[in-house]
Amino acid sequence: MSMKLKDLLQAPEVLGSGHRMCAGCGAPTVMKLMGMSLRGPTIVCNATGCLEVATTIYPYTAWKVPWIHVAFENVAAVASGIVEGINAMQEKGRYKQEHVDVIALGGDGGTFDIGFGALSGALERGHDFVYMVYDNGAYQNTGIQRSGATLPGQETTTSWAGKAEPGKRQRKKPIAEIVAAHRIPYVATVDPFHYRDFITKFRKALEVEGPAFIHAFSPCPRGWRSESSKTIELARLAVETGIHPLYEIIDGEQYIMSGPSKSLKELKPVDEFMKLQGQFKHLFTPQWEDFRKQVQQQITADWELLKKKCGVE
Amino acid sequence: MAATVKMTKPKGSIEGLTGDAAIAYALKQCDIDVLSAYPITPQTIIVEDYQRFFAEGQVKTKVIPVESEHSAMSACIGASAAGARVATASASAGLALMWEVLYCASGMRQPIVLAVANRALSAPINIHNDWSDSYGARDSGFIQMYCQSCQEAYDTTIMSFRIAENHNVLLPAMVCIDGFILSHNVERVELLPDEVVRDFVGVRVPVQPLDTDKPITMGPLCLTDYYFEFKEQEDKAMREVFKVYKDVEAEFQKVTGRSYGMYETYKTKDADIIMLTHSSPAGTAKAVVDALREQGEKVGVLRMKLFRPFPAAELAKELSSAKAVAVFEKCLSFGAPTNPLALEVRTALYDLPKKPMVTDFVVGLGGRDVPPATIVEGYNKTKQYLEKGKAPLYETLGVRK
Ligand SMILES: Cc1ncc(C[n+]2csc(CCOP(=O)(O)OP(=O)(O)O)c2C)c(N)n1
Ligand code: SF4
Ligand SMILES: [Mg+2]
Repeated sequence: MSMKLKDLLQAPEVLGSGHRMCAGCGAPTVMKLMGMSLRGPTIVCNATGCLEVATTIYPYTAWKVPWIHVAFENVAAVASGIVEGINAMQEKGRYKQEHVDVIALGGDGGTFDIGFGALSGALERGHDFVYMVYDNGAYQNTGIQRSGATLPGQETTTSWAGKAEPGKRQRKKPIAEIVAAHRIPYVATVDPFHYRDFITKFRKALEVEGPAFIHAFSPCPRGWRSESSKTIELARLAVETGIHPLYEIIDGEQYIMSGPSKSLKELKPVDEFMKLQGQFKHLFTPQWEDFRKQVQQQITADWELLKKKCGVE
Repeated sequence: MAATVKMTKPKGSIEGLTGDAAIAYALKQCDIDVLSAYPITPQTIIVEDYQRFFAEGQVKTKVIPVESEHSAMSACIGASAAGARVATASASAGLALMWEVLYCASGMRQPIVLAVANRALSAPINIHNDWSDSYGARDSGFIQMYCQSCQEAYDTTIMSFRIAENHNVLLPAMVCIDGFILSHNVERVELLPDEVVRDFVGVRVPVQPLDTDKPITMGPLCLTDYYFEFKEQEDKAMREVFKVYKDVEAEFQKVTGRSYGMYETYKTKDADIIMLTHSSPAGTAKAVVDALREQGEKVGVLRMKLFRPFPAAELAKELSSAKAVAVFEKCLSFGAPTNPLALEVRTALYDLPKKPMVTDFVVGLGGRDVPPATIVEGYNKTKQYLEKGKAPLYETLGVRK
């Protein structure tokens, strides 16, 4: 496919304007890039969360493709049903399209946590669909509660920073690797700043036979207490600091570091990412100095390990 | 008993089948597009049999061996939304795990057929029959039909697609059989030839499916300004079931000679006391009625089949001339004034100028046997209460106190 910006902008929109997501929210940009990656008729399934809630308030909808939401924890199962329902009707000669791409979208809560069982089951069964998590680091829709994707040191409304606690203490689940461990054909991490990389990978995800998984980084100015103008900058910093490195995993085995991460001489300090957000403010007080260092160490160690897996020096 | 009409029946085969096997066979003949299910006793045979049809290449169905019942119903909703004919099966804990998405299936107006082999709910964990599972889901927007025989389970499964998929209805449907008592019991079942079933059920014509040529948004957020209207429509659709049910049964009777009605009456015409129940206890109650009749007792049975929607008006008419209605039900509604079946029956009778007395006997929880003696005990108690002119709201029978 053409990666010329001019051509990409010709792609029909999947999500129209007039939705009610916050100004500066990363998710609509993630959706726009997804839309630029499509190759034909597509059905989108959406788990409960900010994206679903803010794009569809009845009787309005911002979606220009067939779209379905059923519940929070089952989007992978809903997609399984759609894929197999279409397959059955095609085999019986009752379906007009020769091929329809099915995409499941979930937030980090709907993917790392409550929907993980359904996701794992769907991956194991091997349906031909693409699952994309838009990861904004918390249950934003219900008011910024911690999730399995929340970073250590991140303050949420269920992992407060206080005299005794530095926000969430636990590490973030390495979801892409966990998914890849299912040995599915294709897993990739993407970031809205690196849009060419995003579109290339999403297109690959659509093209492989069997399940593919995309882990998209998606800043949330409301929950992160960041400037709405800093969303794309935060997306860039997430890659540059190693918070969200870009890579692919083929067949659960072959790790490939993607260009934007590969070309980094060294990581920027995580501080640069954190400083732009109110949710990490407390980490810059003397009390949590050590904790912040530990977070940096963990990110650095994860990065080194990833480089090794990707065979990058 | 099925009402029989003299006619030349299509030549099918006669088999000895369990209730589960009969349902599995019906699903096979209905040419479903997707079966998405998870095993749980006593429903498992349905899934196992169906997977065997699949393995032998006898069905063109996509069978999705999901990782949970929640996903089973979710995948059904997805497939149905795409326009496919879909079915699943469950019981007890499995049905409980589906709870959230039962309401999504009906709220999204997907005509999914769900076979339930009724089983008690944990704790304590118990694999045997009572009706707590599907009674708990009575407000979920599913049509509920309770069967008394394997033949009826087979016939009802076939009819359920026609009822659920009818465009005036578009609601999911539960076909319920008593766990083990019917699910695992071999009975004589007359099977219809494949082409007869195929012609009867036809091909599903979906309304507003997910269509890439005509994109629609399904399952949106819907708040104070429109949610209520969706529910109003759902309720209206449920009320449409009465007519559609009758029409479908009439058509089925033409083809097979068999029909069951929304309920069945047995020797109720001159009965002073009508015993009201459904599923397997109804068979026992009929045998008890035969014995009591020989002793000169004026007693009959009303066997419910359609529980959702509840045919209250017809029932009131049917029961109005009795002195008492003795309800036997396999469910306890903790803390409620009375239990689900009696609650509905009392409501149905409330507006009658002369109301029969209603007694409510909770029996057979966790598969506790409901022998004729238990039914007789309920009958005798009802007689005594009639003499006294007063009855408790409910009581349990056949349990250590
Ligand atoms: C079974 C269930 N539990 C809880 C909720 C409440 N709930 C709705 S959205 C949501 C959080 C969504 O978080 P995430 O998946 O990260 O998406 P985001 O809103 O952050 O984009 C929660 C907890 C629900 N709808 N269903
Ligand atoms: S709360 Fe966050 S994720 Fe949700 S719409 Fe607003 S910015 Fe986007
Ligand atoms: Mg989130």
